Amino acid sequence: MTDAPETRTMNMIQAINSALDIKMGVDPDIVVMGEDVGFFGGVFKATEGLQKKYGKTRVFDTPITECGIIGVAVGMAAYGLRPVPEIQFADYIYPALDQIVSEAARLRYRSAGEFTAPITVRSPFGGGIFGGQTHSQSPEGIFTHVSGIKTVIPSTPYDAKGLLISAIEDNDPVIFFEPKRIYNGPFDGHHDRPVTPWARHPASAVPTGHYRIPLGQAAIVRPGEDVTILTYGTMVHVVAAAVAEKGLDAEIIDLRTLVPLDMATIEASVKKTGRCMVVHEATKTSGFGAELSALVQEHCFHHLEAPVRRVTGWDTPYPHSLEWAYYPGPVRLSLALDKIMQD
Amino acid sequence: MLEFYRQMLLIRRFEEKAGQLYGLGLIGGFCHLYIGQEAVAVGLQSALEVGKDSVITGYRDHGHMLAYGIDPKVIMAELTGRAAGISRGKGGSMHMFSVDHGFYGGHGIVGAQVSLGTGLAFKHKYAGDGGVCVTYFGDGAANQGQVYESFNMAELWKLPVIFVIENNQYAMGTSVNRASAEDQLYRRGESFRIPGLQVDGMDVLAVRGAAEEAVAWVRAGKGPILLELKTYRYRGHSMSDPAKYRSRDEVQAVREKSDPIDHLAKELEALGVKEDDLKALDKQVRAIVAEAADFAEQAPEPEAGELYTDVLVGDY
Ligand SMILES: Cc1ncc(C[n+]2csc(CCOP(=O)(O)OP(=O)(O)O)c2C)c(N)n1
Ligand SMILES: [Mg+2]
Repeated sequence: MTDAPETRTMNMIQAINSALDIKMGVDPDIVVMGEDVGFFGGVFKATEGLQKKYGKTRVFDTPITECGIIGVAVGMAAYGLRPVPEIQFADYIYPALDQIVSEAARLRYRSAGEFTAPITVRSPFGGGIFGGQTHSQSPEGIFTHVSGIKTVIPSTPYDAKGLLISAIEDNDPVIFFEPKRIYNGPFDGHHDRPVTPWARHPASAVPTGHYRIPLGQAAIVRPGEDVTILTYGTMVHVVAAAVAEKGLDAEIIDLRTLVPLDMATIEASVKKTGRCMVVHEATKTSGFGAELSALVQEHCFHHLEAPVRRVTGWDTPYPHSLEWAYYPGPVRLSLALDKIMQD
Repeated sequence: MLEFYRQMLLIRRFEEKAGQLYGLGLIGGFCHLYIGQEAVAVGLQSALEVGKDSVITGYRDHGHMLAYGIDPKVIMAELTGRAAGISRGKGGSMHMFSVDHGFYGGHGIVGAQVSLGTGLAFKHKYAGDGGVCVTYFGDGAANQGQVYESFNMAELWKLPVIFVIENNQYAMGTSVNRASAEDQLYRRGESFRIPGLQVDGMDVLAVRGAAEEAVAWVRAGKGPILLELKTYRYRGHSMSDPAKYRSRDEVQAVREKSDPIDHLAKELEALGVKEDDLKALDKQVRAIVAEAADFAEQAPEPEAGELYTDVLVGDY
């Protein structure tokens, strides 16, 4: 038996920072780039101290030029580097969409596997921070729709580090969305209550060294018999709180990786419970929940006792005022849980 | 000149109040103050004709709206996200619009408004309405690719657009020379044959002079022109900015030496305006701002149903 690894209490930012640090320390091909990531250490401080430690050639500020940042990263990656570009907020990723979709995602395919783009695009995403329409979006469904890239979303410090290490080591482009609402502590969906810091959550005990969480493996956050709830990111915690408040025996699955998806875990759970609810912050129409609901129906049709239900953000732009009316929080979850158990 | 003074002071006091309301939690999310840059919007927009010309800018937009004489009450109420806000609480600090003033917004995505402004100018030309579009953007935004796509189209089609780079020397924590290969930003149009002028953006009269020149050029059908306004923001980038990238002394030195409001006050006094008159003006402005703050605090929030309005035309 090996000794248990040394751990330290980390919040999500520190865990991400630690993953970057660990990987940069052993692999000189890794470079970190983005707006204000170097000198400033990132607006959320995820890259703090890295420029000091690894120098300005490996950790550097870029101009405000998202399309350029990703395009340059793809070229660097094709020629052997492993860039980890940061897009400061997921809402700013759209100018880079062309490079992600047409170049990063397609390079391997069209060069018949001769060239690849092993970049990991880190980007804080999601709402609950009163950021309005340009600082709150959840655009993961846009990326899961594109073949040739992977999409990863952690929900705890422990997962964030292990998944980020796997993403960086992965030989394909990965979009790594960080739920910024829970950078400093898990969020139970009650915006009027103070945030509990990560330190009180077991997943804040993060090994200081190297470890991986494989891409494509979901986690069963809470085993249960009554209903399967598929979710990811901040909503893992919002759902867990809602389930606890209701005293329901729900099985909560944190997908962690949307592409590739851990269908086996989902299938086994839904076949056991016979009910399935999907929860995400992103808008409903053509959201990732639509994909999940179709898959569950294809794989588990004869086991379903109720229609698959989705609880999501409304089909509107992310609002400035009325954020909590938009957010799929405790009230909406509670109603939906009642409904699915009666169906 | 006294009117310039009043407008700049109104912007300054308004922004100070917005900062306070933010501190009290009445304004949430993202809020970028214009303090230090007042002379830019005031000088430039004074040379425009409301109803004929159009204006578009980024997210640091409160000053541009105030410079147009838009009611501070509805601007402040937009910041607090109330139904009475100029964009009914839907846009917030970064996204405000006014049809009456041809003010095409506040835009949160850095650089996006530059292409939009080019399109507005296209319409001015298409309609032959004699209008020009003033398209503001920051020194940081000047590195977005679509700025140059827009420059090319604007000159190619000789569009009536005045591109205004508000060079306040920083994009968040990054100074101009750390992000720009050519840091003399007025030269950024050269390879598109767009003439550029560098202007002291802390001197409202200089700004007004440059604006007149630019408007004359553009209205004459000569195509776009680029103005680089050298200015400075006193406050943090937004409300959460540890300001590690510059020293207090640097900020202090600018405030002392080149404050646009103090500068104009001195000129006014030299012309015989009494200090007491300026003080009275300040009092008047403070009262307007206090009234706006009260209004913005008391106005009700939008109804939940507003979530679903204006997503698409008609019912949705
Ligand atoms: C496409 C995009 N990328 C990044 C951001 C984040 N961001 C907001 S403001 C800003 C700095 C812009 O600086 P500048 O253009 O100089 O304008 P200033 O803030 O100085 O007025 C950045 C990077 C954004 N809003 N949009
Ligand atoms: Mg700037």
